[in-house]
Amino acid sequence: MHEHKGMISIWFFIGVLLLAYGVLIFAAGVYDVFQPPAKPVVLARLHAGVWWGLLLLAMGLFYSIRFRPKKSQGN
Amino acid sequence: MRYALSFRTKMPPALLLAATPRLLTLSPVDVAVIALYFAMVIGIGFYLKRFTTTGEDFFLAGRDMTAWIAGLSFVAANLGSLELMGWAAAAYQYGILATHWYWIGAIPAMLFLGIVMMPFYYISKTHSVPGYLQLRFGEPSRALSAITFGVMTVLMSGINMYSMALVMKVILGWDIHFSIWVSSLTVAAYVFLGGLLSAIFNEVLQFMLIWLGGLVVSIVGLIETGGWNGMVARIHHNFPGQDFTHLWSGLGHFAGNPMGIHWTGIVLGLGGVIAFGYWTTDFLVVQRVLSARDLRSAEMAPIIGAGFKMMVPFIVILPGLLGLAVLPEHLVGEAQAVATGAHSYNEVLPLMLARYCGPGLLGLGITALIAGFMSGMAGNVSAFATVWTYDIYRAFVRKDAGDSHYLAVGRWCTVLGVLVSIGAAYLVMQFLSIMDYVQALFSFFIAPLFGTVILGMLWPRATNAGGFWGLLAGTVSSVCMWIWVKVDPSALAYIALSPRARDMAENMYRALWSWIICVVVTVVVSLATQPRPKEELAGLVYGCTQLPETAALPLYKRPVFWATLVAVALVALNLLFW
Repeated sequence: MHEHKGMISIWFFIGVLLLAYGVLIFAAGVYDVFQPPAKPVVLARLHAGVWWGLLLLAMGLFYSIRFRPKKSQGN
Repeated sequence: MRYALSFRTKMPPALLLAATPRLLTLSPVDVAVIALYFAMVIGIGFYLKRFTTTGEDFFLAGRDMTAWIAGLSFVAANLGSLELMGWAAAAYQYGILATHWYWIGAIPAMLFLGIVMMPFYYISKTHSVPGYLQLRFGEPSRALSAITFGVMTVLMSGINMYSMALVMKVILGWDIHFSIWVSSLTVAAYVFLGGLLSAIFNEVLQFMLIWLGGLVVSIVGLIETGGWNGMVARIHHNFPGQDFTHLWSGLGHFAGNPMGIHWTGIVLGLGGVIAFGYWTTDFLVVQRVLSARDLRSAEMAPIIGAGFKMMVPFIVILPGLLGLAVLPEHLVGEAQAVATGAHSYNEVLPLMLARYCGPGLLGLGITALIAGFMSGMAGNVSAFATVWTYDIYRAFVRKDAGDSHYLAVGRWCTVLGVLVSIGAAYLVMQFLSIMDYVQALFSFFIAPLFGTVILGMLWPRATNAGGFWGLLAGTVSSVCMWIWVKVDPSALAYIALSPRARDMAENMYRALWSWIICVVVTVVVSLATQPRPKEELAGLVYGCTQLPETAALPLYKRPVFWATLVAVALVALNLLFW
């Protein structure tokens, strides 16, 4: 991790973005479960969006919490 | 290695822009995913501006990066604009042979950079590869290297920008001018604000997104085919009599594989000269490692990068192979695609994204493509700004200005580099044949430069005159060989050792010959001229430099230990897919 001059870690930025992506993709995946599209993708029954969204959500949460800015950072 | 994707380039540009139907349609969720990405990279640029107050901050990220950050950035900067699509297309066309560009064509060179060359780059405290040449061989070698690198980097950046915009036009129907300006101005903004620091931070972010966006296709594709064996069985069924799934067993004869290449070309040309030339002397990638906080981190960064590079085929090559297995139609070359309206090899990845990715996931996949482009362009622009500021402007225009002046010049060089790249993109749009010439031009300099740098680092007897004339002779000979084959195609039998050799094989053998010529000329001229005193070579050359002892370190902290592990994994993977 980079510790230059009290800088916020890059992994925190990554965590925030993955968290947002996780929410969006998970929500879109769940919506597709209940409102299947007219032209579903191949292997739509796997609901890849739901699982991938959950993975991103979990990764996003981990990085956001583990590398959250401390009080001495991000002046 | 940088991939050159010629996307429907046989077609006149105006016709192309009017005629191509879009392959994919984005939902509002996909658009939100892409918009969030752009907001985040710009936000990182603004955040990091406050930390970029000196030239060292801007050009070398304060030399404060950990091995992990420098290593991930090292790999991400190479991913380039069309890495995912280009190599997936190559995998569809040539099969698993395309993996050689990731394994033997990268890993040994990256390990060599970390273990053998990095100490000299790092201890010499140079800010660039041309800067090292100046310390070792004097100003003429630096000038030749810096000018060719600067010009070629922005031209290549422009070509990649045009190619990316064309890809977005073809797969999403986006306006080509919109793609060029939005993506390039975004890169310009965050590199202008935070320099290499910002470029590196965004490259790490982009690397994560490329993985998370690309892995979906591989995982779902393998589920559809029933695993690797199922995929191979389907490929054999779809393409009887052709071998797309063996790395080495078809390389005994030029006609025994889809690429028309012999194993000597892969090992000596690609794995030897081209890989070592690119990974150890192309400042685009070496700059990332120079940002490491200490020598051990600088040695570890390429080794960590090699570990990740070895896994990239799982998101780049595998989708191409899966395309061979599951796509209902056979994809064709660009010329045939234009003539018949069929899909081309280059469209394999978008077709696979459309096959498996619903709303949101599709946006993530497209974000991965855009992230690849932006990481490559940021690499080009930040490297250009450094070489232009330190190796051209400070060396030949204004030698005695203060650090703040060079920092300002570096920032504005970023804007200049982006504007020249945009100009090059529009030039290519008007005159498509330029693309082929510039891509060939770039390849002329890599192999001879490696000859010059490696002799400079390992042979104290190499002289300033030897270094300069060797570099010049290698470069000129490469150009001459290229012209020879253009004028007389039968010359291919001499350059590439076979009239059946394809473009890639020709490039590899031309690189090999130009490297040999560079080395021979360097050695002959050096032996005929006065060597520099050994004390002047301290910190620059093996045998004249005191390298830090690592014997007292525990095994797991030694770069050699991790390099050995990566090398063993490389051998095992090659045996597995033999």
